[in-house]
Amino acid sequence: MNTDISQQLQQQIQQACEQATVLRIIGGNSKAFYGRADDRMASAEILNVSAHRGVLSYEPTELVITARAGTPLTEIEKLLDDNGQMLAFEPPAFAETATIGGTIACNLSGPRRAYAGAARDFLLGCKIINGKGEMLSFGGEVMKNVAGYDVSRLMAGAMGTLGVLLEVSLKVLPKFEMETTQSFHCPPAEALDKMHNWSQTPLPLSASCFHDSILRIRLSGSTDAVKAAINTIGGETFDDASQYWQDLKEQRLAFFNTDKPLWRLSLASDIESLGLPADYDKDDCLYEWGGALRWLKSDAPGEIIQHAAAAADGHAVLFRHPEEQQAVFQPGIFQPLPSGLLRIHKNLKQAFDPENILNPGKLYPEL
Amino acid sequence: MHNSEIIESKISKSALIDALRHFIPGESILFEEEDLRPYECDGLSAYRAIPLIVVLPETIEQVQRILTLCHEHQVPVVARGAGTGLSGGALPHEQGLLLSLAKFRNIIDINPKRRTARVQPGVRNLAISQAADQYGLYYAPDPSSQIACTIGGNVAENSGGVHCLKYGLTVHNIQQLKIITIEGELLTIGGSGLDSAGYDLLALMTGSEGMLGVIVEVTVKLLPKPERAQVLLAAFDDVVKAGEAVGNIIAAGIIPAGLEMMDRLAIRAAEDFVHAGYPLDAEAILLCELDGTNEEVSEHVLKVREVLKQSGATEVRTAKDEAERLVFWAGRKAAFPAVGRLSPDYYCMDGTIPRKQLPQVLKAMADLSKEYELPVANVFHAGDGNLHPLILYDANISGELERTEEFGGKILELCVKVGGTITGEHGVGMEKINQMCVQFNSLELQQFHAVKAAFDPDGLLNPGKAVPTLHRCAEFGAMHVHKGELPFPELERF
Repeated sequence: MNTDISQQLQQQIQQACEQATVLRIIGGNSKAFYGRADDRMASAEILNVSAHRGVLSYEPTELVITARAGTPLTEIEKLLDDNGQMLAFEPPAFAETATIGGTIACNLSGPRRAYAGAARDFLLGCKIINGKGEMLSFGGEVMKNVAGYDVSRLMAGAMGTLGVLLEVSLKVLPKFEMETTQSFHCPPAEALDKMHNWSQTPLPLSASCFHDSILRIRLSGSTDAVKAAINTIGGETFDDASQYWQDLKEQRLAFFNTDKPLWRLSLASDIESLGLPADYDKDDCLYEWGGALRWLKSDAPGEIIQHAAAAADGHAVLFRHPEEQQAVFQPGIFQPLPSGLLRIHKNLKQAFDPENILNPGKLYPEL
Repeated sequence: MHNSEIIESKISKSALIDALRHFIPGESILFEEEDLRPYECDGLSAYRAIPLIVVLPETIEQVQRILTLCHEHQVPVVARGAGTGLSGGALPHEQGLLLSLAKFRNIIDINPKRRTARVQPGVRNLAISQAADQYGLYYAPDPSSQIACTIGGNVAENSGGVHCLKYGLTVHNIQQLKIITIEGELLTIGGSGLDSAGYDLLALMTGSEGMLGVIVEVTVKLLPKPERAQVLLAAFDDVVKAGEAVGNIIAAGIIPAGLEMMDRLAIRAAEDFVHAGYPLDAEAILLCELDGTNEEVSEHVLKVREVLKQSGATEVRTAKDEAERLVFWAGRKAAFPAVGRLSPDYYCMDGTIPRKQLPQVLKAMADLSKEYELPVANVFHAGDGNLHPLILYDANISGELERTEEFGGKILELCVKVGGTITGEHGVGMEKINQMCVQFNSLELQQFHAVKAAFDPDGLLNPGKAVPTLHRCAEFGAMHVHKGELPFPELERF
């Protein structure tokens, strides 16, 4: 399918801007659970981008793909796979309907992130419509481009609050010849040590995960390089690894099957203890990204968890939570911003969406 | 500077000096003509201006007070690192204060577990890798000026280097910044994790050319040093074949650490200068560096050799040891000064194009070279399509610089036309400000101005650089009417 509805989208946004109508931006609706709920959004008009789809250009030797925002992630991944390439940030989809636009708007990356980079790192350019209904292009389809401010990357993770993504250009990479996963039984401190030690050496690491006293390390590269790395790090070869990493990325592992709120903590990788009060110490924790990402199942108050994340020089996001608890955690789903940064955020929101019509409150109540 | 970019400060030079002396030692405030002269330009010496005052603070608090003072009295501020930039980004403002970060030279901390280095902005790029070496780590972006350029400037320009295709630019290799806003407020952007809350201000600051804030601390990511690096040199009797070989290497599933191309004129210049043993009968050479684990490099060297031969290389050499690897590179690294020996002056361009457009762009450049009667030597970061055409000219011949600038402008416009950009890694600065009018339309430029205003509503930080006013574009556009369409029709003309 290949449809261009950019004119309709632009008209709808222009009209919404004139009438100050709030718009709720939807792609595949696969990540609707993510982000703040806001009263303004409950009665919002829907702006559906999913019909704006189709790959616009892809030449494997240029390592670049450009697609309309509503293009399903699966379609892009299939096309790349057929050509021996991949999105190296290994984005989670969370549903078959996930689109490339939603993937970039949320800037979510999978297990390979710590070793290859995040969604934003692979974003080369985009076309957007801002809150005034203006169609604008930033960045481009080349690897290096420093003309003008990096507005493209500003869109990654802005969750539609600064502009509606129409097209994105992404850098892609060749797939690896061989991939294998080694596993180790060890306590958390030893797992962190292992991950740090190996990360300081030129091993072909591509993912790491620790939970239930098992550390799993994925190696990717040329056949000889991976074989040599297995000899270096040891451990047991873990069968069915590719399914495991898929399930981790899509949060289908048993670990994620919980009634408790699920927190995502991004912090300094060498933090051993989150310093949470003893009552919460027993809570389940899963480590990824060499220790720099922690998933925490906990019903501790949000302020306590966010305080712990800040103390570790990081931030905590309430990633998933049972619906009835929604109100309890308002407004602090995302880590509160210091006042100086919040001021800049508000100014930027004003610069792109002066009528405050694009996904208001999705990220912070003030935006 | 265009009329629409002039700022009237509300304080006299002497009053500003007096105010600065309250918190900055006298010897760190320069205001006499002979002391200001060394700051009149950066690496692009074709543009020069004498600033009102140069200040060399030593502490973050001093920077905060300087900016507060300038904000209060509406004094333009231009931040400067090592002054090695090639686009005039640190060109002083005649009515403004030049803020040198040269005294911020400390490496604050290297954390091998986190693989980060926290450094002050005046630390040299190469010094970071040297300090991290004891842990087997290094800082990947390596602009050619890395022995002299400083990390604050690298962030401001989003500097690249020869290893970008595999390891990314500055924006991919930093984790946290401390900046001072024009109001004097200290902000921490990013954190110790791999991402941070809110908008990606780290990306927005990177490459913002001193327009949004003054960088006072940078935390960079460090990488483990590759176990082994190996380089291949391939000669071609046709530049187009060399370009195709680049695509073929990537099609084979290999991302080289560096992939550089030089044309005949650049090869000759480099060979005369450093005697790297380059084949002088070649129309183009490719240098392909592979790095990684020992096994991977061995495997890839064999593969790349094969691909190069199949792509029509007349000769393929593999460096037999580390010494020869360095000799292969020496020619490429000395290409700019080598070309400098051929001609009194040269002008380095920085356009980037989709690689498949290379043959077309090379042909068009050769035609332009004839039209303007100015020779061009070509050096490319071929892997990522970043071109560095060097236009040879003589500034002492009246009108030659102007002709060179016009020729350069045409090359950049050509890059935009084929889907590329006017600057891959050197920045817009003063040099390419007119070509920004070609790359972006007025709505996009207005959006850039709105971003600027979100940080610096009075436009005091580095005025007149990086993003042109619409009035400037209207006047520039008047000289470049395409297909009879008047650019920027919404503006009145004068």
